[in-house]
Amino acid sequence: MLHIINKSPFGHETLATCFRMAQGGDVLLIEDAVYAATPGTALESLIKAALERFNIHVLQPDLDARGVGAEIIEGVHAVDYGGFVDLVTRNATSQSWL
Amino acid sequence: MSEDNIKKFMFVNRKAPYGTVYALEALEVVLITAAFDQDVSLVFVDDGVYQLRKGQQTKGIETKNFSPTFRALEGYDIEKLYVEKESLQRRGLTEEDLLVEVTVLDSAAMGALMDEQDVILSF
Amino acid sequence: MKLGILINEGPYQHQASDSAYLFCKAALEKGHEIFRVFFYHDGVNNASRLTEPPQDDRNVVLRWSKLAETHHLDLVVCVAAALRRGIKDENLAPGFRISGLGQLVEAGIQADRLVTFGD
Repeated sequence: MLHIINKSPFGHETLATCFRMAQGGDVLLIEDAVYAATPGTALESLIKAALERFNIHVLQPDLDARGVGAEIIEGVHAVDYGGFVDLVTRNATSQSWL
Repeated sequence: MSEDNIKKFMFVNRKAPYGTVYALEALEVVLITAAFDQDVSLVFVDDGVYQLRKGQQTKGIETKNFSPTFRALEGYDIEKLYVEKESLQRRGLTEEDLLVEVTVLDSAAMGALMDEQDVILSF
Repeated sequence: MKLGILINEGPYQHQASDSAYLFCKAALEKGHEIFRVFFYHDGVNNASRLTEPPQDDRNVVLRWSKLAETHHLDLVVCVAAALRRGIKDENLAPGFRISGLGQLVEAGIQADRLVTFGD
């Protein structure tokens, strides 16, 4: 299934809760969650560990809007809105972790 | 309603009551979904577990106490209430502190349950 | 594929409505059908025709109205949430209609996928 995260991992538990409960599949970082995909943060090792269990994607327009679009953690996939749509249709269910 | 039209709906509650309206309005969707004879599960995770805390007294904040609705869910044939063990433990709560009977699941079991759903709504 | 969309936040305060709009546009471009867009919680404020953003900002409400007109989208505003927040037929933007929560449940049942945008 697809897990959609929209909160910064620095201010919220959302991403940690998703990683704790979800059994694998696709994770898409949108809106303020895109900061989780940027390298050099204190959470980079957490994301790298999660890449062993999940396919992690990040919405490029949200990265670009926030000035962090130049580089993302290796192994994380950048997608556009079309890619977002494909992730939704490819997975039988999606959950937005609000 | 035919079998084809019955889907598994899961409602994931991750927010505390009263600070925002999400918990109350989520409950309204839950009741309507049950009226459509769907297979409904409610899940309480993170601060969502506080929605089920016993002893809520809202007189002082002049807001409707909607917690009794959780006790009425059985009357709507909503009997699948799940609480994540880790979320309870981190908040120093046990099942005794909750106002309804729930099934406590560990994180992995909760994640597996999510994988079985057709529609997941998170509030 | 038939897609249902749920929007839980109002315009300008939160990115949810913008994200949902761009998602819908991309889905339509790919040939998918938007079965219904349902507005709940503060999301009902996306339907107010009284909003007047400054000239240099996007017009979130108008954008939904235009998308609905072009693609015959069904934009449904939850009646209970709308009345709580002062959204009524008299201030409803073109393309929106007010109806019950059953419309959201129906979207969950009828659509192949339901995607939620919120806080």
